[in-house]
Amino acid sequence: MTQRTVLDAPDISRAITRIAHEIIESNKGSDDLVLLGIPRRGVPLAHRLAEAIASISGRPETAGELAGSLDITMYRDDLRGGSYRAPEPTTIPSAGIDAKTVVLVDDVLFSGRTIRAALDALADVGRPAKVRLAVLVDRGHRDLPIRADHVGKNLPTSSSERVNVSLTEIDGDDSVSISGGRE
Amino acid sequence: MKHLLDTASLSRDDAIGILDIAEEMTLVSEREVKKLPVLRGRTVVNLFFEDSTRTRLSFEAAAKRLSADVLNFSAKGSSVSKGESLQDTIQTISAMGADAIVVRHSGAGTAHRLAHTGWIDVPVVNAGDGTHEHPTQALLDAFTLRRALAGVPASGPVQGGPRGQGLDGAKVAIVGDILHSRVARSNVHLLARLGADVHLIAPPTLLPWGVSNWPVTIHYDFDSALSAEDFAAVMMLRVQHERMHESFFPNEREYARLWGLSAARLAKLPETSFIMHPGPMNRGFEISAAAADSPRALVLDQVENGVSVRMAVLYRLLTGQEETND
Repeated sequence: MTQRTVLDAPDISRAITRIAHEIIESNKGSDDLVLLGIPRRGVPLAHRLAEAIASISGRPETAGELAGSLDITMYRDDLRGGSYRAPEPTTIPSAGIDAKTVVLVDDVLFSGRTIRAALDALADVGRPAKVRLAVLVDRGHRDLPIRADHVGKNLPTSSSERVNVSLTEIDGDDSVSISGGRE
Repeated sequence: MKHLLDTASLSRDDAIGILDIAEEMTLVSEREVKKLPVLRGRTVVNLFFEDSTRTRLSFEAAAKRLSADVLNFSAKGSSVSKGESLQDTIQTISAMGADAIVVRHSGAGTAHRLAHTGWIDVPVVNAGDGTHEHPTQALLDAFTLRRALAGVPASGPVQGGPRGQGLDGAKVAIVGDILHSRVARSNVHLLARLGADVHLIAPPTLLPWGVSNWPVTIHYDFDSALSAEDFAAVMMLRVQHERMHESFFPNEREYARLWGLSAARLAKLPETSFIMHPGPMNRGFEISAAAADSPRALVLDQVENGVSVRMAVLYRLLTGQEETND
């Protein structure tokens, strides 16, 4: 199977820095901001974004309070079919999400079904003022009318290809590659 | 995993998996909306042929927090008193549409029979069958003990609870009427599978036949066991008069004196050890008020955790497709 790397570690790092600046710009600062990563690979991305945003705003010590995780397993629309899925932890920063700007963070935006589930999960946790979406890769092929506000890289793919995201915290290295597809 | 019939055949990974899901379920109680949409549009039937307060309410609360519809059946006041058989009762109820059946019955093996006779084809959860097993009680005991031994609050929402861990090395005593106790049977198998060192303390008349094959150490004297071992937890069992058709001990006062957790025995326990009881308690009989009301007693934590653990069991059995039928 052919595998082609589309983003290497410096590319990912630059994309995160750029998205961090975009989020600060659209939020007019880092006040009332919460970054919620969607397990599994959205969670380390949310923490990296939080660190970047905190250091850009000159308050690196606030990084821990900016980021959390939001598990969507119980809100999936395919719970009855498919294989059994164990839920992952949800951690909401202690200040909560009410009246905040919540940025959902995920690695790949594909069908949009994960984000649909995340919006449902979010509504059960609280009532944010605004919800935004940041993804490292947007590969197209949406099933639902959902789009990302901040994208690391737009990646045109065929639906038979696989996009593999590796992150140091989980996989040991940083890279995005495409594999499979019809030859 | 299609059914939950006993703990004897539950693997360590499956057991820890259920306890970890239960950790997530405890967090639901601190959210704005204290419900999950997991079982929306599905029906859970509670089939209780034997009296129960906490188990039935706990299963009902668990199913409702997962957004399931719940049908409650109790044998009293039903067609069972007109002579309807178990098979006809079950098939009548499943004809009304059931996606899971929770069953309690005085006959050992009832849940197994429902799961394997082909009368119905839905997941079956054993909520107590005679003197055989009560797996969800053992799971909630293990959950409570795992929390308490990790030094976090024994019930309620905890961020970063002891996920992924077993009970390795914990020395646990189960005291009293082992013979009639399905709670004891389920706990022996589950706690041992999770790595605990299980000790049984009981008069020989209240130990079942074949107990020598269980993964346990047996003591015939409460006081000498307490002197010899430092127990991390002591689980007292209710003396089940309703199942006793012979004399198993001379009289109640003697039982309370020799086998009850009195204030004096409480004082002999290590300061760090916990006291558990599956309920309902007979105060002054197998457990003294001093022990039942002590800050080390986990009795109410056990009840509270019951809902989260049963949510986890229903979630585990009712989501995802299974490759095999068993």
